[in-house]
Amino acid sequence: MEVKKTTSTPLWRNRKIIPIIAQILFVIIVGTVIIFMVNNVISGLEQIGLTLGLDYLTLKASFPISESIISYTPDDPYIRALLVGLLNTFKVSIFGIIFASIIGVIVGVARLSDNWLVSKVATVYVEVFRNTPLLVQIFIWNFAVFLPMPKIQEALSIGSFYFSNRGASIPWFTLQDNTLIWLIVLILLIVGSVFLFRKLTKVSLESGKSTYPLISSIGLIVIGTIITFLVLRNGPFGLSVPVFNGNSFDGGTSLSIGFMSVLVALTIYTSTYISEIVRAGIMGVPKGQTEAAKALGFKSRTALRLIIFPQAIRIIIPPLTSQYLNLIKNSSLAMAVAYQDIVGIGNTIINQTGHTLETLLIVISVYLLFSLTTSLLMNLFNKKFQLVER
Amino acid sequence: MKKSFSLTLSILLVLVLALAGCSSKTGSDEDGSSGETSNSSSLLDTIKERGTLKAGINDALPGFGYIGSDGENTGFDVDFAKAVAAGVLGDATKIEFRPLSATDRFTAVQSGEVDVLVRNTTWTTNRDAEVGLSFAPVIFYDGQGIMVPKDSNIKTLQDLEGKTIGVETGTTTELNLADQMKAAGVNYTAQTFDNADAVIAAYEQGSIDAWTTDKSGLVSRQSTLQDPDAHIILEETLSKEPLAPAVKDGDEKWADAVTWIVFATIQAEEFGITSQNVDDFLTSENPEIQRLLGVEGNLGEQLGLSNDFAYQVIKQVGNYGEIYDRNLGPDTVFKLERTQNALYSDGGLLYSIPFR
Repeated sequence: MEVKKTTSTPLWRNRKIIPIIAQILFVIIVGTVIIFMVNNVISGLEQIGLTLGLDYLTLKASFPISESIISYTPDDPYIRALLVGLLNTFKVSIFGIIFASIIGVIVGVARLSDNWLVSKVATVYVEVFRNTPLLVQIFIWNFAVFLPMPKIQEALSIGSFYFSNRGASIPWFTLQDNTLIWLIVLILLIVGSVFLFRKLTKVSLESGKSTYPLISSIGLIVIGTIITFLVLRNGPFGLSVPVFNGNSFDGGTSLSIGFMSVLVALTIYTSTYISEIVRAGIMGVPKGQTEAAKALGFKSRTALRLIIFPQAIRIIIPPLTSQYLNLIKNSSLAMAVAYQDIVGIGNTIINQTGHTLETLLIVISVYLLFSLTTSLLMNLFNKKFQLVER
Repeated sequence: MKKSFSLTLSILLVLVLALAGCSSKTGSDEDGSSGETSNSSSLLDTIKERGTLKAGINDALPGFGYIGSDGENTGFDVDFAKAVAAGVLGDATKIEFRPLSATDRFTAVQSGEVDVLVRNTTWTTNRDAEVGLSFAPVIFYDGQGIMVPKDSNIKTLQDLEGKTIGVETGTTTELNLADQMKAAGVNYTAQTFDNADAVIAAYEQGSIDAWTTDKSGLVSRQSTLQDPDAHIILEETLSKEPLAPAVKDGDEKWADAVTWIVFATIQAEEFGITSQNVDDFLTSENPEIQRLLGVEGNLGEQLGLSNDFAYQVIKQVGNYGEIYDRNLGPDTVFKLERTQNALYSDGGLLYSIPFR
């Protein structure tokens, strides 16, 4: 009987058919719009006699780039210039994410502190830097802080760290013959100590006796390092110290003021958001959890580490991911202070070649690549910490 | 569950339909107008219909294009933009200025954001061909120079060994610097900046040892430094920098109109016609002058302009010499000699194609 009823339903009222038709229509509409837009672009370009294509990437760039991780000269092709930009964006983003996370967590915890001064200082920090535009902050760091520093001949020095209005020159590591061995040993030591830490914590929880997991694992790393040093009779890295040669610094590594302005501004700006996320995460754990931990006889530090933090991190990670993505995208403001990131170099290439569309698509793809990779990593991390539903 | 799904979907569909309706409508409008330009009418007709000229200019280069103390755009380039407005629309004030940076100027022309670009732009092969521009005659013959502080004891390119040189990104000077330094075998660090103001700020603070741009630009900027006398411009000229107005490629009619408006200013100087005495020349017996001013013949109409376009340009903006003297000449702070920018009859490079 029911079967009869459904067959008699007209097609346009059929619950099963309507969504299918709707979806087909949707695809057709979206497709038409896209085709139309692409056609519009192509006909527009034809009018001014331009053609699409990526051949220009292999032509000689012939413009200089002042800072680059890889070797670059004006004789290199455009594609290498773009790679330099990509790495510069990567450099400022990765350091920005690391520093912003560290500062963010510290400030976030400080805001919850019982100490009146600490929590008020943290509040002022957050409110000041969160409520002013990032671009303005970058300009202030560049023009009001780093540019007025002394000239390079009279550079400020703190030990082997030199600061001038041309940037900072700091000691940097150099590779040595047994760097690789050191690296392997250190990785093994860290893995071993993490394993030891977990094992001892487990034993401690099961037996109820204190097994000093933190001290033991740090001890393992220290002892391992000393033994390796005695065996190899050499440190993991050499140290190269900057020396002034009259025009610039030789040795060490140089950080341009553009890089420093962007890094400092991005770090501070993003750290305020991260601190709020951390605070929200910690406050998001019900108070009953702390009280229950206390009732069970946990020390407050142990309770924070084993009970509060694992629950807080579930709340923290998703919004934290957005902040990381924001930081990566905001790094495109670097252009304003002459830091040659992918956008800056992309613009120069557009200007020299006239291939606006292709270059912009490449720039967009680079950001997409960075953002999607970050999302992926953070999602994996998130999955690991998610509540296991039973 | 199922119900709410199909409800959401239908709402979504309505939204998309509405959106698609809007976008395809605006899209077809754009298509319509762009199709027009490509087929029958040129940008010239569009501008006449619109009644204003959109000119891309510089707003940070004293002498060439900057905001004067009265808040108006003034300068050598700005005057040529005004000349185009006077020639096309018969009114030099019917103009909309769009300040552009070195990097976004070409995109602005390509996309039709501006009709004409008069922004100290060097005419190069690549820009003519691949960047999709079409250049009018050169209005200023320039060469690239380098500015250094006087007390730095830098006299030649060789003295710049190991120094940091500032340059504006997206310019020919950026490329010439690399070429010339490579040829001279000098190692240097190039610090690129997004705009001229940032270069100057870094230079004045001593963050860079020297900076480079067209010599006229150096002279113009020197006057704005805190202590202009503490800086010198190196004698060496790194390159040829012919600065010319540019329009979008593929629109011959519009390009021709701009070209002949520029020639009119040069031809007027050759004849000695100025904004002051142009009315007296209307009665001139010289057939060449009659043709230029549109008293006789229909040269203006042939170009798609009014016959008196040259008269309007000269009357409202002036001849080449007047424009030059007003903005860069001996009475200004820049005191630039005419040298290459004098008429060919005075040993310079300016030469107008005959109006016939």
